[in-house]
Amino acid sequence: MTPLRVPKQQVAGLLTALLDQYQVIAPVEEEGLVTFGRLGSPEEAVLDYRNARVSPKGLLFPQAEVLLTYNLASERAELQEAPQQQERQVVFGIRPCDARSFVLLDRVFEGNAWHDGYYLSRRRNTTVVALACPRPGLACFCASVGGGPFSTEGSDLLLTDLGQEYLLEVVTDKGAALTEAWSEYGEAGEDSLRRKAELQQGAEAALAGRVEIDGIDRRLKGMWDDVFWERLHEKCLGCGVCTYLCPTCHCFDIVDEGSDRQGQRLRLWDSCMFPLFTRQASGHNPRPTGKERWRQRLMHKFCYSVDSYGEVGCVGCGRCVVNCPVNLDLRHVLNEICSDRTHQGT
Amino acid sequence: MTDVAQAIRDTARRLLADGRVDVVIGFEAGTLPLRSSPCFVRDAGDTDRLVWNMTCENNLARYLPRVEEKAGIVAKGCDARSIVGLLTEGRLERERVYVIGVPCQGILDRRSIERRLAGKEIVQAQEGETEVLVRGEGFEVALSKEEHLHASCRACRSRNPVIYDTLVGDPVAEGDGADEYADVREFEAKPAAERWAYFLAQTSRCIRCYACRNACPLCYCRTCFTDVTQPQWLGRTTDPTDTLVFHIARALHVAGRCVDCGACDRACPLGVDVRKLTRKMEKDVEKFFHHKAGMSLDEPLPLATYSLDDPEDFVQ
Repeated sequence: MTPLRVPKQQVAGLLTALLDQYQVIAPVEEEGLVTFGRLGSPEEAVLDYRNARVSPKGLLFPQAEVLLTYNLASERAELQEAPQQQERQVVFGIRPCDARSFVLLDRVFEGNAWHDGYYLSRRRNTTVVALACPRPGLACFCASVGGGPFSTEGSDLLLTDLGQEYLLEVVTDKGAALTEAWSEYGEAGEDSLRRKAELQQGAEAALAGRVEIDGIDRRLKGMWDDVFWERLHEKCLGCGVCTYLCPTCHCFDIVDEGSDRQGQRLRLWDSCMFPLFTRQASGHNPRPTGKERWRQRLMHKFCYSVDSYGEVGCVGCGRCVVNCPVNLDLRHVLNEICSDRTHQGT
Repeated sequence: MTDVAQAIRDTARRLLADGRVDVVIGFEAGTLPLRSSPCFVRDAGDTDRLVWNMTCENNLARYLPRVEEKAGIVAKGCDARSIVGLLTEGRLERERVYVIGVPCQGILDRRSIERRLAGKEIVQAQEGETEVLVRGEGFEVALSKEEHLHASCRACRSRNPVIYDTLVGDPVAEGDGADEYADVREFEAKPAAERWAYFLAQTSRCIRCYACRNACPLCYCRTCFTDVTQPQWLGRTTDPTDTLVFHIARALHVAGRCVDCGACDRACPLGVDVRKLTRKMEKDVEKFFHHKAGMSLDEPLPLATYSLDDPEDFVQ
């Protein structure tokens, strides 16, 4: 389908039309903090942003969700599965790195072995309108991990800010369906497409070579006992900033809350950086220190993920880099793993 | 490089070379503008990594209970008070730590600078005498350091370390006589409903990452109450009940111990005003127990002591 041009003054109208039919999630700002929030009106959307502090993964995989409720108060036990999301949502204006994170999450929650109905009901009801990233942030490295600032992976539609107007490109049938009712936008001309190509080239050039991770999975496989792990974690606080802000970290815990008669079963985000993550009922913890936890986090993202899905489990959004309270910079850790200095043996 | 940084390097090199410490905990240059990063130096030849500037925002005392070697530590005023706290609470032996005290001019609040720039990305920052020069795409602004001090540094009255083995740099003037708790009084004066709404709004942003807890030099429990599952003291959702209870319990656990270093506040990725509760505790402890945490090795801990003369007004 031919790309369309959406003049900026018409974006409010477009969002209004979407709001009639969908729950619309977009970047919103409060006290200088950009997050993804449910739009009440079009003017709340902040589209001239770099990226939101918190990733959009919670839109598909909430931090806490009820899986089922139980009640043993009556004659027989009652189990009630939580209703799955039916409401259709449009995620508007997320960056290509975040859109791509949905594809990585799909591989986990819609894997060969298991289909997660809770996730998938949200995913199926979600249409992603991504906003290309002409000015990547200082800590961004999407192009080093298989993505790109104009990547369409995970997006149904892609918008590119051309100054006075947005270029609107249809990526999937789902995206095409969304645009069916939009007759008011004209086709984009050669100029617009050329401008987009320039922006894309500029952004890609800015990102080139930021992190070099060629063959990182193989390197990690040979590093299990490397002294590298002994010191890497030393400054780490062991908090969950990196994993909770990460768009692709997806580990969870399942807990029951309530009494022995009635209550609910919840699924909660969990973090491999927490001691409780692997503590067993006996009290034994197979990952007793930051050393084992950091090794796990990197192995999972950059080795096991490659084994399982053929790609690293990182989209290079840079949130963990920017927000780590002690500036333990993942980019430097990756570069160090891939430099020949690292491997000092055991 | 500043004279203070050079003096820190020289001291660290000497301590390591003489075998007086096994490790020096200090700061190294960060990887992003306005950032520095804690570092552990074990080799006397490696001390040139150490830096000192107004982005050295972490409280390094946090690492002491977890380091088993004899450690030298670069300590600002608040880090030094935290070390006093660890010593008086029996979490650290005096002979196991060598304190390199550094009089502190305050730490920059990078979030405040980011807010000032309204989303424009800082690509480079350079600290001058009274200003910090920040540059980015199409802008270059000199910002007053004083105006962008972290809130805990504005309230600070102990910029000079209260405990040290070596003092590096000249002592600095302590804060003026202005009301140290003006912020708390202002908040106390608000109607209860407004205060409640404020806490709800602030904690609604919390993602339970525990960065505030883990950055705290006095949060050293081997198992935090939040991590106990039998019994489960606290729900782990982001429901306002769970989140508020977490923040209230965290604040109460540091009552009479918190030195208001602000490390919790700076660690929070969501900018939650986590000091609001601890500040109130601090003020109340000072009022009711005449105690300011971490100022003296000899003073008994207010919540771990008693006297027969203790007022019992609260017993009705």
